[in-house]
Amino acid sequence: MNERVGDIELRLLLEALYLRYHYDFRSYARSSLRRRLRVAMDKFGCQSLSQLQHRLLHEAALMPELMNILTVQVTDMFRDPPYFRALRERVVPLLRTYPSLKVWVAGCSTGEEAYSIAILLKEEGLLERTLIYATDINTVALEKAQAGVYEIDRISGFSENHRKSGGHGSLSAHYTAAYGKAAFDRSLKAHMTFADHSLSTDSAFSEVQLVSCRNVLIYFSRALQDRAVELFRDSLCYKGFLGIGSSESLRFSAHSASFTEFSVDDRIYQKVAS
Amino acid sequence: MNRRPLEEISAVVIGASAGGVEALGVLLPALPARCRAAVLIVVHMPRQRPSLLKDLFTARCPLQVREAQDKQPVEPGTVYFAPPDYHLMVETNEDASVALALSVDEPVHFSRPSIDVLFESAAECWGDRLMAIILTGANSDGVQGLAAVSRLGGITVVQDPGEAVADTLPAGAVRTGLAQHVLPLAGIGAMLSQLGRAP
Repeated sequence: MNERVGDIELRLLLEALYLRYHYDFRSYARSSLRRRLRVAMDKFGCQSLSQLQHRLLHEAALMPELMNILTVQVTDMFRDPPYFRALRERVVPLLRTYPSLKVWVAGCSTGEEAYSIAILLKEEGLLERTLIYATDINTVALEKAQAGVYEIDRISGFSENHRKSGGHGSLSAHYTAAYGKAAFDRSLKAHMTFADHSLSTDSAFSEVQLVSCRNVLIYFSRALQDRAVELFRDSLCYKGFLGIGSSESLRFSAHSASFTEFSVDDRIYQKVAS
Repeated sequence: MNRRPLEEISAVVIGASAGGVEALGVLLPALPARCRAAVLIVVHMPRQRPSLLKDLFTARCPLQVREAQDKQPVEPGTVYFAPPDYHLMVETNEDASVALALSVDEPVHFSRPSIDVLFESAAECWGDRLMAIILTGANSDGVQGLAAVSRLGGITVVQDPGEAVADTLPAGAVRTGLAQHVLPLAGIGAMLSQLGRAP
């Protein structure tokens, strides 16, 4: 098949990143990668992907910036309030039946989703017996997630979402504001562990009752999506829950038979088989 | 450049913002039931779920109307709306089949979904088998996308800015000089009615 030059360049660049830095983007969705690499080309003043490849191979110092362009996902706390409302009203009553809980937020980026879940569980009185694993491949983003400090001008949007999601009381009960920033509470962080984990190359690491992985799978190819969903399946206990993004679906996944739809509109699934 | 005849078109992309729902109310009923092309649409709407677009047009369009889901195979003769707050793109699989792809990347021209993102991705996927339509709109998201469609050999259509509810977008698209057809909605509807005509 006559491959277009741009496609050849893209494949070579992804191979180069893998061989040189062991970051594996070879099975990422090409359409989003292309757009983000175009941003990187502009940023690094490159006319083509081949030029970008040359610079990345020889200048390791560019990698943190490239990783930010390729992997950072800015999201809001309690993004899609109906999802968090469904977790609170439909999933939490079942989570209550476990003496101890583990939750995995996969692809946590800068931490907004992980803190949202921590706050939700705290409000429901479950955080004390919960450990939340928040993982990502971007170590710079993980450091920000660990810090749990966000610009104060984002807080009103977060609060609005929190309220719409059925949150008890005010979001301000969970952070301290100072110098234009909001720092989320130590009492939340005491139950959160942030770790470097790749859905493309690492394996399952614990048995959990809930996996929340929203708008991460859309950046993967079908094959890599299947791998990630398999990891979730292997990590979840029987009847454990998997939550994904509002326009994502397990319908096209190789492992759809392992899950049943628990809250269809909110994209919350329950594991029924291994 | 010679453009393909309408019956050889594999996909139609449509972009609109202010006034778009009314304009689509004229165009989508004009699609013929025999149409084999897939139709992908971005309309700028307030961020809300669930989107009402699918329900709004299901009864008024002879083709299947769906809200796009990630990795959904693109089927002929089907209309897909970009979901609220996601960019809509297309992706060619290894077996050359085409699937929908979504992203939550930053808004483009303050818009997510963005018309530019859809048009650029569709142009790369379908090249000269693509027809792109810019309708009424109050910002410039879509102008670059139309240029990409033109560069890769697709057919470019713009709603007559004089008729549009908001003319910023269509006038911007006309100014690029890359619009092959500048037509009122009735004229665009007549073009759509030829889609999927027996060759």
